[in-house]
Amino acid sequence: MAAQILASALFREGRSVQSFPAFGMERRGAPVAAFVRFDDRPIRLRSQIYAPDHIIVLDHHLLHTAAVLTGLKPKGWVIVNCNHQDKRLGVPEDFRLAVVDASGIAAMNRLGSTSIPIVNTAILGAFARATGLVGIDSVVAAIGESVPVKAQENVHAARQAYDFTETL
Amino acid sequence: MKTRAATGRRKPVRGVARGEVKVITGNYAVAYAAKLSRVQVVSAYPITPQTSIVEKLSEMCGSGELAAEFIKVESEHSAMSCLVGASLAGVRAFTATSSHGLAYMHEVLHWAAGQRLPIVLVNVNRALGPGWNIWTDQTDSLSQRDTGWAQLYCESNQEALDTVIQAFRIAETVRVPVMVVLDAFSLSHTSEGVEIPPQAAVDRYLPPYRPDVKVDTASPRFFGGLVMPEHYMEHRWLLEESSRRILDVAAAADRDFGRAFGRSYGVVDRYRAEGAELLLMATGTVASTAREVIDAWRKSGRKVGLVRPRLFRPFPAEELRTACRGARKLAVIDRNNSFGSGGIFATETRAALYALPSRSQPEVFGYVAGLGGRDITPDVIDGILTAAWKGRAEPRGTWVGLKP
Repeated sequence: MAAQILASALFREGRSVQSFPAFGMERRGAPVAAFVRFDDRPIRLRSQIYAPDHIIVLDHHLLHTAAVLTGLKPKGWVIVNCNHQDKRLGVPEDFRLAVVDASGIAAMNRLGSTSIPIVNTAILGAFARATGLVGIDSVVAAIGESVPVKAQENVHAARQAYDFTETL
Repeated sequence: MKTRAATGRRKPVRGVARGEVKVITGNYAVAYAAKLSRVQVVSAYPITPQTSIVEKLSEMCGSGELAAEFIKVESEHSAMSCLVGASLAGVRAFTATSSHGLAYMHEVLHWAAGQRLPIVLVNVNRALGPGWNIWTDQTDSLSQRDTGWAQLYCESNQEALDTVIQAFRIAETVRVPVMVVLDAFSLSHTSEGVEIPPQAAVDRYLPPYRPDVKVDTASPRFFGGLVMPEHYMEHRWLLEESSRRILDVAAAADRDFGRAFGRSYGVVDRYRAEGAELLLMATGTVASTAREVIDAWRKSGRKVGLVRPRLFRPFPAEELRTACRGARKLAVIDRNNSFGSGGIFATETRAALYALPSRSQPEVFGYVAGLGGRDITPDVIDGILTAAWKGRAEPRGTWVGLKP
């Protein structure tokens, strides 16, 4: 959902976009991945993504349990949902790090439950803030047309995350 | 005239209908196309990776957005059987399936073609088991080669939408069912910009289906009877004759589509093929990635180009002979295999090129790659071009990237 919304936001800014899930099965509770490509010219590349420019991590525990940074290009942004930034969360200095408490923000906005908040709209505010690759207004507009319920709350979460993102 | 994936920035062209561009998956593009084609009966059974096509259509039927009967069935065999009945009754009929679902339909596919019913089916290419595999592989649709269905392969979500609309035009012109084929995941579940043409323009391109013969209780007829040896061949010849016409009909449907909507693709699509010494043949999304590799090779001064057959049945032999004129070598990527025979596009192409005088026949290299969804990256394609550029063809073809 976050990849789809990000693609729609970039599309609003005149980019050519492609977004796709990790091809295959998904299981509740297991790590999942999704990808976005964007360009100023039509995208013809239809193979999978092995060396991303930036990575969004929805759950900071994955930094230690899954090889989420594999292939990330040097100087790439790692945007992490976490309520602290101790020891750069173990993210190597080769990469730029942005941290936001998307879970806290989502819970405050009553997105999902307090134990399992739905963070995929909030985190896009952090992506917009850290990378500057997409405007927050485009993100907000894309959220508005994409989420089935609680549009206001999702928009608010993205704007709050945009304001509270810290870059290291 | 050619437009690739929509970017949202479009120049107005006189007489060309423009619609809203949405970021949607290939499966949703297909569902929108079926709706724009004003299908009247949809009958389907869910199977990954096709399911979201018929889910979307059932939503549209449920909300009244699409005025069609959605018939739930217990199997793909029954889904196609329902459509045979619906089409005989004179309405526009549609379904979607994949892999084992298509295999299960096999018997009724013959029936639909033999009864000359202009049904349109979308098959999302998925590998056949065992081992269980839900990823892309063309062996499912190519196994239906001899059923009498036309087959069109798509490279982008936009092309999937456009081709479904074209497919009804082709099917209803020649009274032959048409299968539109797209890759699992790399189209079915990938979102990109797709222009949704305005309904009024689609209505002009595709008028309501009005068959001259249909089930009508006021004028009873007999359908599907016994045909004795003295007539069976003529019965089959009529289907053969119509199948041959599809080449011209599909080309015309595509040209008219281009005039109406500003996008056309050709029966055989060519990219930088002029003056190429080495031609690459690829279908579906592999052709899309291949364009990047062709550009890189051309930039370094090596004369390579791409040939992409959209139509597989009838096989566009003459168009391919023309497309290959002047090339010394032809490397064919097949994401499919006929056991003991090799890649199916390569086999068919060799047969088509055999009609050329031997001195103008390019050397044909067959490469089987990407089975069961193994990724075909620019590096894989570059490796294939390099091998063909430098080497000699293996008569039985080569499997690419096999692990020891």
